[in-house]
Amino acid sequence: MRNFQHFNPASLAQATTTLSSKPDAWVIAGGIDLLGEMKNGIIQPGTLVNLKTLPNLDYIKFSESDGLRIGAMATLAKIEAHPDIRKHFTVLSQAAHSVATPQIRNVGTLGGNLCQRPRCWYYRNPAFHCLKKGGKECFSVSGENKYNAILGGGPVFIVHPSDCAPALISLGAEVTVAGPRGKRSMPLEKFFILPTENPLRENRLQAGEVVTEVHVPPFHDAGSSSSAHRSVYLKVKERGAWDFALASAAVSMETNAGMCRSVRVVLGGVAPIPWRCPQAEKTCMGKQIDEALAAEAGKASLAQAVPLGKNDYKVEMAANLIKRALLMCSASSASPR
Amino acid sequence: MKQRRKIRKQKAHIAFVLNGEPCEVAFAPHKTLLEVLREDLNLTGTKHGCELGECGTCAVLLDGKPVLSCLVLGLDAEGREVTTVEGMQLPEGRLHPLQETFADLGAAQCGYCTPGFLLTALELLAKNPKPTREEIAQALSGNLCRCTGYIKIYEAVELAAAHMRGEKAEVAEEVVYGLKS
Ligand SMILES: Cc1cc2nc3c(=O)[nH]c(=O)nc-3n(C[C@H](O)[C@H](O)[C@H](O)COP(=O)(O)OP(=O)(O)OC[C@H]3O[C@@H](n4cnc5c(N)ncnc54)[C@H](O)[C@@H]3O)c2cc1C
Ligand code: FES
Ligand code: FES
Repeated sequence: MRNFQHFNPASLAQATTTLSSKPDAWVIAGGIDLLGEMKNGIIQPGTLVNLKTLPNLDYIKFSESDGLRIGAMATLAKIEAHPDIRKHFTVLSQAAHSVATPQIRNVGTLGGNLCQRPRCWYYRNPAFHCLKKGGKECFSVSGENKYNAILGGGPVFIVHPSDCAPALISLGAEVTVAGPRGKRSMPLEKFFILPTENPLRENRLQAGEVVTEVHVPPFHDAGSSSSAHRSVYLKVKERGAWDFALASAAVSMETNAGMCRSVRVVLGGVAPIPWRCPQAEKTCMGKQIDEALAAEAGKASLAQAVPLGKNDYKVEMAANLIKRALLMCSASSASPR
Repeated sequence: MKQRRKIRKQKAHIAFVLNGEPCEVAFAPHKTLLEVLREDLNLTGTKHGCELGECGTCAVLLDGKPVLSCLVLGLDAEGREVTTVEGMQLPEGRLHPLQETFADLGAAQCGYCTPGFLLTALELLAKNPKPTREEIAQALSGNLCRCTGYIKIYEAVELAAAHMRGEKAEVAEEVVYGLKS
């Protein structure tokens, strides 16, 4: 690793001013992703602005009336184990639990998980000056693309690596970012951008901005006896631990008397952004979900998929994940949430 | 008298608690905790593997929680408690029950992964004195071993846990000698 200045800001304001005044300054949260990029020589920050010493950024607060608020510096270990998250936002605890390894989850933060950089091996390999790094070509197109995008790709074909992002989007989460000109919030879904908008970036953060909070709004009717809210995160990986998703599905559903009243379906590991599946949602709305309908929803979501040659397997895998997750969310209340 | 020159200090200087004792160290600020422990404090029990968070051999306890010292800056140890494998031994140099069972059951072969496993298992047993096999496998899922095939490691953790609970557990004969034909 090259040397750098290490800065512990006294306040969020000081952090954002430093970040916006120094073009080679980077945020360091847990550092799990950032230090890897620095060791591989992909980025060479002149200054690291450390968020770990800022007070009150690692909270997890839940109330029935306000929903869930998580500070950007809350660790994944804390999120996966939180009793309210386990109970009311199962998809999120499962997604956080599925990240990497216990040691990494003790350090990695939610903010870092949402803002982490892609894992495409051409991007991570300093020998390739690829389009994602300002070069001319996305080498995955004609090269090794087993792990690359089947949806929303072009001109770069990375997949967004975050497990928490699809889970949170399925819950309708909002993200708050703070910058030198104050705070702003947006649906987390709108935070991520396709490479057609900017091949060098994965999100809408502007110079000096940091993620401060994620908010999951409360569910309506949670109290009524005939209605139920269930959510689930399913992730396929090559190994039992450690691995990023080959494909994953986050589904969050409200049912009333067995009918699907509202549902969000989001795929991970298949597109440059967490991939919302409106086709699946439309297929299920207002209906009782059975095996045939769930399969149809999965299939419809992948109709637009364009595999690159070595990642065709992801099409069927993602469709099946959607089907399984939908069935799990609509099963009778006796089955696991 | 010769004029003294002003030389800018390049090193970071931190104080923290290392294996139960106060410790101060100066190092280049870009060093990872792994490098500070091995190179500046000469504690080479913590092993240097992939350097990218993939193998777990560099695991140490930071405020009691297992973390990967290759992906934590040395600076982040300031004011905190770090435990390395050197800190596991009991008074009078006796081995910790986990170290004993790892040795007795052949849970270490080349031994390169062992410090990371020991510390991660130490934290597991501190919060869960009677873990199931599945809980052990979960807790140790970030640690790679290329030699043992893991079964002996799980058995060693189970036996150490029994010893630490004060039970007089013994190793099943087939664990050490294999099944009699
Ligand atoms: C071996 C390994 C396996 C992994 N497996 C998975 C996996 O299965 N699933 C998964 O989702 N991830 C995985 N990760 C990726 C990732 O490191 C973690 O998910 C972690 O959450 C990152 O958090 P951090 O706090 O360490 O981020 P950092 O490394 O500190 O930051 C990551 C990036 O985000 C920026 N950043 C951090 N916080 C903020 C903020 N608040 N505002 C703005 N920018 C910010 C940093 O500048 C940096 O660019 C893995 C990483 C490794 C090394
Ligand atoms: S050396 Fe740290 S995880 Fe491999
Ligand atoms: S004993 Fe050799 S790697 Fe585990």
